[in-house]
Amino acid sequence: MVKEFEKAGFTIVHMCNLIPVSLTVGANRIVPTISIPYPLGDPNTSTEEQWKLRYHRVGVALDALATDITEQTVFKTRI
Amino acid sequence: MKKVIHYINQFFGGIGGEDKADQEPFIREGVIGPGMAVQAALKDAEITHTVVCGDNYMGSNTETAISEILEMLKDKEFDLFIAGPAFQAGRFGVACGNICKAVQKHFGVPALTSMNEENPGVEMFKQDVIIFRGGKGAVKMRQDVKVLTDYANKLLAGDRGGGALAEGYFPRGCRHEKFLEDVRENTAAYRGVQMLIKKMNKQPYQSELVIPAREAIPIAPAIQDMSKAVIAMVTTGGIVPMDNPDRIQSASATRWGKYDISGMDRLESNVFKTIHAGFDPAAANADPNVIVPLDAMRAYEKAGRFGRLHNWFYSTVGTGTTEAEARRMAQEIIPSLVKDGVTAIILGST
Repeated sequence: MVKEFEKAGFTIVHMCNLIPVSLTVGANRIVPTISIPYPLGDPNTSTEEQWKLRYHRVGVALDALATDITEQTVFKTRI
Repeated sequence: MKKVIHYINQFFGGIGGEDKADQEPFIREGVIGPGMAVQAALKDAEITHTVVCGDNYMGSNTETAISEILEMLKDKEFDLFIAGPAFQAGRFGVACGNICKAVQKHFGVPALTSMNEENPGVEMFKQDVIIFRGGKGAVKMRQDVKVLTDYANKLLAGDRGGGALAEGYFPRGCRHEKFLEDVRENTAAYRGVQMLIKKMNKQPYQSELVIPAREAIPIAPAIQDMSKAVIAMVTTGGIVPMDNPDRIQSASATRWGKYDISGMDRLESNVFKTIHAGFDPAAANADPNVIVPLDAMRAYEKAGRFGRLHNWFYSTVGTGTTEAEARRMAQEIIPSLVKDGVTAIILGST
């Protein structure tokens, strides 16, 4: 789906946990998430921690959309 | 005796060359031109009718041409549809792909064609239609017809054959179940270990699950002015309203949904949930924002980090979903994005 959207001209970022799959399939802008069942907030942590993580990673995704790249890029996250 | 309908263009139909390429489709009983070679090679089957259509007519009025041909076929009984061979003839190849795809879909009857790998019809239709690897020109007619009809004869006898490589058609990315003799050498464990030993010894080995070569997509340019960006959220994590109004399947999805989030600051639990069968839904049901981060997107939107959030998010389930279905669903979503001036997408996968 990512490729189809990108082919149609949308700037797209793929937020996912299985980075190798995303790279193999051919996503160009990739931001890692933390797991499959809860990509953006570990329920074993506090609501505040979950929010911080989610806010941070979505922020990285927005930066990725505004970043020119020349090859498939996995953007770095801090939290 | 099984019945076959054959499709050819104006040239092979004996109407004429380029000057007759605007020929509207017509149907005749029996065989015409290359149909004779096809007929001769078919066992227990006969070509009852031949459809002829000009390549330019099909190329410039594709939808009309297809619906005209489907109309001609609707009162005919047939077990198989064969188009071409089209060799390297580009317009004819695309026409064969188009009509085979339409006939299969409309009548549920298998359709076969043959083209050279350079024919643009191959790239366009190889996932939808069985296309045999053909020669560059009509000098290969006999050979191309033989490969196609060998398979056609099996198919008409109820045998699906041994797959793309064995039968000589372009791989479609489909897998079929096959039962092997119940001996130790056929167990998955044995086969896997044999493959691993070969790999470790740097010997050639053949994977049983060949991943087709990937089509690289040109990188879309960065958003220059985020203050004008309209961003949409798409998920393959199966987040839907509680009653799953679009009945999206929990695995191997073929359906997607579009859900209004205007006026919402977050996705509330008990309003949205996940129907994805590939993971424990507890976390996502308790807080759907862990999959579709509406709360974070709204916070950034309010802070002016980007123009605005598109008023809907799009959802399907990404487990067991084929690439072909995923591609189709994305294509179906695109018009809605275009209509609202969406420029960027955040797609979340689980």
